[in-house]
Amino acid sequence: MIEKDINSFEQLYKACNIANVAIYKVAQTREAYLSEKTEQEVRKTVKRSLDAMKTAIKSGLKSNELSLSGMCGSDCEKLQKRFANKGAIFGKTFEKITTYALATSEENLRMGVIVACPTAGSCGIVPSVLIAAGEDFNISEDEQINALITAGEIGRIISNKVALAGAVAGCQAECGVAAAMAAGALTQMLGGSVRQILNAVALAMKNLLGLTCDPVCGLVEIPCVKRNAFLAIHAVTASELALAGVESKIPLDEVIDALEQTGKLMSPTLKESSQAGLAKTKTAIALENRLFKK
Amino acid sequence: MAQSSFIDIITPVMVGPSSSHTAGAVRLGLLARNVYDAKPHKVTFRLYNSYAQTGFGHGTDKGLLAGVLGLSVDDKRIRNVFDLPEAKLIAYKFEYLEDFNRHPNAVDFIFEGDLNMFVAGDSVGAGEVVIRKINDFTVKFTGKFNTLLLVYRDVPGMISRVTKLIQERNINIASLHCDRYAKGEEASMCICLDGELDEQILKLIEGIENLYLVRYVKKLEQ
Repeated sequence: MIEKDINSFEQLYKACNIANVAIYKVAQTREAYLSEKTEQEVRKTVKRSLDAMKTAIKSGLKSNELSLSGMCGSDCEKLQKRFANKGAIFGKTFEKITTYALATSEENLRMGVIVACPTAGSCGIVPSVLIAAGEDFNISEDEQINALITAGEIGRIISNKVALAGAVAGCQAECGVAAAMAAGALTQMLGGSVRQILNAVALAMKNLLGLTCDPVCGLVEIPCVKRNAFLAIHAVTASELALAGVESKIPLDEVIDALEQTGKLMSPTLKESSQAGLAKTKTAIALENRLFKK
Repeated sequence: MAQSSFIDIITPVMVGPSSSHTAGAVRLGLLARNVYDAKPHKVTFRLYNSYAQTGFGHGTDKGLLAGVLGLSVDDKRIRNVFDLPEAKLIAYKFEYLEDFNRHPNAVDFIFEGDLNMFVAGDSVGAGEVVIRKINDFTVKFTGKFNTLLLVYRDVPGMISRVTKLIQERNINIASLHCDRYAKGEEASMCICLDGELDEQILKLIEGIENLYLVRYVKKLEQ
């Protein structure tokens, strides 16, 4: 029997347990059934996203071209130079994750090709974690696809309750959810159980509740670009804790309820309208005046 | 609840920087182009609200024009669309307006040429779009389904004549939306389909009496 009514993490957990399979397997079977495709075809679509993520990282690492506004675009280069001279204190994988996240985000704002995962503003988080760990831990392409499906399924279930849009629920629903997806994907790649994956997601999400969306000049640049690097590392922390057996005392579905409620209670001025927070600082206003006079 | 898809979460592959303000703009342009279905001499783009305010930093203007020229959301040429030879063959202009009765990311396309046409739509988030209006008629389609659009004289039996032809091909109708100006006058029909219509059935549909306009708008490629 194909389980298609999976609208909560509890249902997902049960479906995995009954069939004794991983999250990606339940997800790809369901997707194939609903879209009237074969599982191989579904995986091919996922591979297309994975390949595009790799291409975006490659081009992003080579460029220092600025965005249309001229505000961002050269930070990845700085980070690469530092790491070339002096390694990161957390080691090689940390270097890769942070540079890949910036490379992808900067590629996005200079109108390069990226994968919205789940959104364009949060496009650096899942790829940086997935691909850096994939390289450093020798994870096969097939397993990377499994991890990306896991990330997608996590995002899908969250999106049943909360629209993944800064304008609706703040950045917690964009970069926050991306970090939760990345935490789940990494835990899958490192051999975590379904329970550990869901705990990784809960731990990542819990610690980003309340994150507002207050972009300077209304553009996907400040603070979005650098936030991608920060939250990629956040995802790794959640995964490490979960793999160690640390559990979220609040079950994941309840964490998502809290995400939804926090999004509703968040002032509209802090939800992608650029009317408060960083967007209304003295410097942001000056940048805005300069930009819109052009 | 309509069943969601995890593929939507890890796609689209797109030109940045914004799914709503860039990819959504391209998709709206593509749908408007397919509705117009002719070579325009001139296109006026009216951008509203957030599209008007932050559009330039998001390349919204580039996205809209790219869509009208037929470029897909992941086409690298979008960033330099104004320099493309195709872009030099038509006249275009952008207008920036504020109207809080409209969606934050609303846009109007005004096509002029052998045929004049008005198409309006919204970019509703995460690259998803909805076309809301064609000329004076309200419609509702998203580019996720193959869609048949008809403008016709409001006489009894039009819906059944059209749907009968579709049924004979064993094609399922996902949604159907009708609107009319007044009884017996111009009316519109917007049918979203699970399957595909071929040339032959389109010919049969075009042969139905009292039709003013027939457009078959194919679903957008992911």
